[in-house]
Amino acid sequence: MASSPWEVVIGLEVHAQLLTKSKMFCSCRAQYLGLPPNSNTCPVCLGLPGALPVINAEGVRLTLRTALALNCEIPEFTKFDRKNYFYPDLPKGYQISQYDLPLSRNGWLEFEVEGRKVRGGITRVHLEEDTGTLHHSGEIQSSTFSLVDLNRAGVPLMEIVGEPDLRTPAEARGYLVALRQLLTYIGVNDGNMEEGSLRCDANISLRPVGTEALGVKVEVKNMNSFRSVQRALEHELGRQREVLDEGGRLPQETRGWSELEQRTVSQRSKEEAQEYRYFPEPDLPPLLISRAHVDEIRADLPELPTARRARFQSQYGLPEEQALLLTGRPADSSYFEEVVARGVTPQLAANWQLGDLQGLCNGANLEVETCKISPVAFSDLLRMVQSQEATAKVAKEVLGRAFASGEEPAQLIHQEGLGQVSDAKEITVMVERALEQNRQAAADYKAGQDRALDRLVGAVMAMSKGRANAAMVNQLLRERLPRAGG
Amino acid sequence: MSLLEEPIRELGRRLRDGEISALELTEEALTRIEQLDGKLGAFLRTTPESARAAAMAADQRLRQDPAGSPILCGIPVAYKDVLCTAGVETTAGSQILRGFVPPYSATVVDRLSALGVVPLGKLNCDEFAMGSSNENSAYQATVNPWDQERVAGGSSGGSAVAAAARLACVTLGSDTGGSVRLPASFSGVVGVKPTYGRVSRYGLIAFASSLDQVGPLAKTVEDAALVMTAIAGHDARDSTSVAAPVDGFLGDLRSGVRGLRLGIPREYLEVGLDAQVRAVFEESVRTLEALGATTQEITLPTTEYALSAYYVIAPAEVSSNLARMDGVRFGPGAPDATTLRQAYEEARHRGFGEEVRRRVTLGTYALSSGYYDAYYLQAQKVRTLVAQDFDRAFAEVDAIISPTAPTTAFRLGERTDDPLAMYATDILTLPANLAGISGISVPAGFAAGLPVGLQVLGPYLGEATCFRVAQSFEDAVGVWRHMPPLAVAAS
Repeated sequence: MASSPWEVVIGLEVHAQLLTKSKMFCSCRAQYLGLPPNSNTCPVCLGLPGALPVINAEGVRLTLRTALALNCEIPEFTKFDRKNYFYPDLPKGYQISQYDLPLSRNGWLEFEVEGRKVRGGITRVHLEEDTGTLHHSGEIQSSTFSLVDLNRAGVPLMEIVGEPDLRTPAEARGYLVALRQLLTYIGVNDGNMEEGSLRCDANISLRPVGTEALGVKVEVKNMNSFRSVQRALEHELGRQREVLDEGGRLPQETRGWSELEQRTVSQRSKEEAQEYRYFPEPDLPPLLISRAHVDEIRADLPELPTARRARFQSQYGLPEEQALLLTGRPADSSYFEEVVARGVTPQLAANWQLGDLQGLCNGANLEVETCKISPVAFSDLLRMVQSQEATAKVAKEVLGRAFASGEEPAQLIHQEGLGQVSDAKEITVMVERALEQNRQAAADYKAGQDRALDRLVGAVMAMSKGRANAAMVNQLLRERLPRAGG
Repeated sequence: MSLLEEPIRELGRRLRDGEISALELTEEALTRIEQLDGKLGAFLRTTPESARAAAMAADQRLRQDPAGSPILCGIPVAYKDVLCTAGVETTAGSQILRGFVPPYSATVVDRLSALGVVPLGKLNCDEFAMGSSNENSAYQATVNPWDQERVAGGSSGGSAVAAAARLACVTLGSDTGGSVRLPASFSGVVGVKPTYGRVSRYGLIAFASSLDQVGPLAKTVEDAALVMTAIAGHDARDSTSVAAPVDGFLGDLRSGVRGLRLGIPREYLEVGLDAQVRAVFEESVRTLEALGATTQEITLPTTEYALSAYYVIAPAEVSSNLARMDGVRFGPGAPDATTLRQAYEEARHRGFGEEVRRRVTLGTYALSSGYYDAYYLQAQKVRTLVAQDFDRAFAEVDAIISPTAPTTAFRLGERTDDPLAMYATDILTLPANLAGISGISVPAGFAAGLPVGLQVLGPYLGEATCFRVAQSFEDAVGVWRHMPPLAVAAS
């Protein structure tokens, strides 16, 4: 690839349904999944003659929240426009969208790819309404009918247009991963690509390395996972490079990613491109966004993932990998910080949350905030480990039981007398007995086999049912088994 | 004499006193419709059963609380067929909406229903309110009650004729470029074009969203003011409706015109006015002066560009507003089509009449890339200039007066082959729509036996001034009691 004379240019357009209660221009529910067809509708979202739209203020607020999280400028004056085209899933024959004066523009998103920091420009974030859905019998080409379901029509949809700043399919994927994380982090979108509440289209073109002018772009649609975005773009750039290497020309077109065939298929050429005849929506007055409102929304933004990860590294001294994992979701971060705030050392808290607790959660298909171990209970347990009142082994075993039952793990240790044994006399008795019962191991150790000591430690731990202070056991054993020159 | 010849106040008094019942009044209206409408074609459909039910409910309300019942309780009304009425077919005069029964009512209909009016049915109009003669209805032509070989005027022709022939006490129409005032002038009734945003458009089947307003047509100024008071006011379901207080329509009605300054736009008298229309207008000016108003010539210099701007902006909005009539959910559709594109083309070709297709085509063109700046954007600039003309004028005068139309009602078929001549019919009315200001047409007299209207334009939210001027004028000329001969014969 290094020898290729072509540079890849990719820009993503992401559509995200907003987590409002009601639709963008009427009071029907925004949560439409699973409802009987056409039951979540009213004259407005059905586009009945005479019905008029009314702006959902929460939709505007969530879009501004996103725009600010993406470092965008918010103009004081914005308006809605009509995007006109005919399709059966578009009941009014136009989509209320934004054309030349969107809610925001000129932002950026920072993300990492293979350890490298990349900054992708954001052209604009604007607000529009979703369409209905069509259902066919089998494939659309062979079906004798199409059924229209307008439950989704009018759901608030935010479009995030990225600059053509991405240079590899991996970067495109990294951008999308970071964007999805951000959207879910600030609570504006549920991040579900499979069900289509988050959708991604990509524009991709090649140009000779060292040139500025953009090549002929192809728009790739129908990618509904991070993996399909990367694969579709890898396939597409290979296809384009092949044509260009042979001196061929690429038509400007829209292509769809076929998951089944693992290739892109032409859908529409530029000649067939739509003429949308945008004009200002006369049913809605322009919106004036006051600076005070913008400041209010900005003040309400949580700490964003990148900043939080950096803070977790510097403030808690965590390695990057752990900081990354703990800042993936706000709930993980706040769980961690609550545990630390209750006196658990950050490293211990991170190890246990990402290790044992996360493992239990994964097994039960739960998240830390929905499982039965509260941050309080978790920190009580970890403090016992920290102060050597409980061994790691006991703590782990108790955590597993408490996770299932909902009991307090620290109380279980007290009730069942599982506290760590750190009494020198008690441990000495057990060490003496272990040496008697494992003469061979003792001899092996003395003869220089380090690993023989583990067998002796293991014997003591078994005797104590895991409660003996392992460090003391080690030390006492070494004292009793002096080695030449040791 | 028919009860329907009485003004609403008088009917209201008699209803409250128990002299007459709403049911009686309703039966009389239904009888008149049966007797006369075969010749006039004002109604597309009547709803006698729901009318009688509403009348009986009104009678009960009037009996229980005569003093507390609204003035409009028990008053028979009818609606232009562009207003959605729950459970009653609403076609906008178009084939493509044949059989469309809205599940909801327009806000204006709801507001009047809540006051206890009696809805008689739906009134004919030009298809989707596009026309100046009522000859563009897909169903029937409504003819002029004063001369049945002449047009009723459009597009609210059915509404004007029903009011003129006393088939209903009051009707609602819609005015996008003069569609209330023009037929009011042609048929000899009062017609109101409210300030843009004064009356909710929710449930009004859109023609041109930035120009449309619902307004009443009635035999007297006060009847119109009573209905305006009932339908005006902010509606949360229409984001373009204005949150301004609705007052003074009735309170200032009889304050007279002494001391009011009335402007006469020079340009409005240079549009090829019919000589007799001019004579009636000059007489009207003298009448108003005699009542104590002062008049002065004013200038609205962009008038000559208003028509062109209007016929870019209105069709542009039409092309988008009518896109929902795609044959998928309304109309006969295109059952034999084999592709989606063919289905759209056939459904819309079959469903729309010639004038609607012409305007959709015009508007689609004006919004297309490459033409948008030259047409749509340029027209919007002209629109701003037209509004500024009025702003300057209203700094000098309280109201503007002119004839409502350059001519009286023309003959059926006279302008159907000449769209430009038809469009020019609205030259004196459509600037007010572009500027979003208030206006009214009030009967001024007759020219060769045909009614002539006086247009009174008021500033933004200046309806009270329009009503006040119109009321003084009506009191002075007293032509409102003249009924079309055919209506007299039925009384």
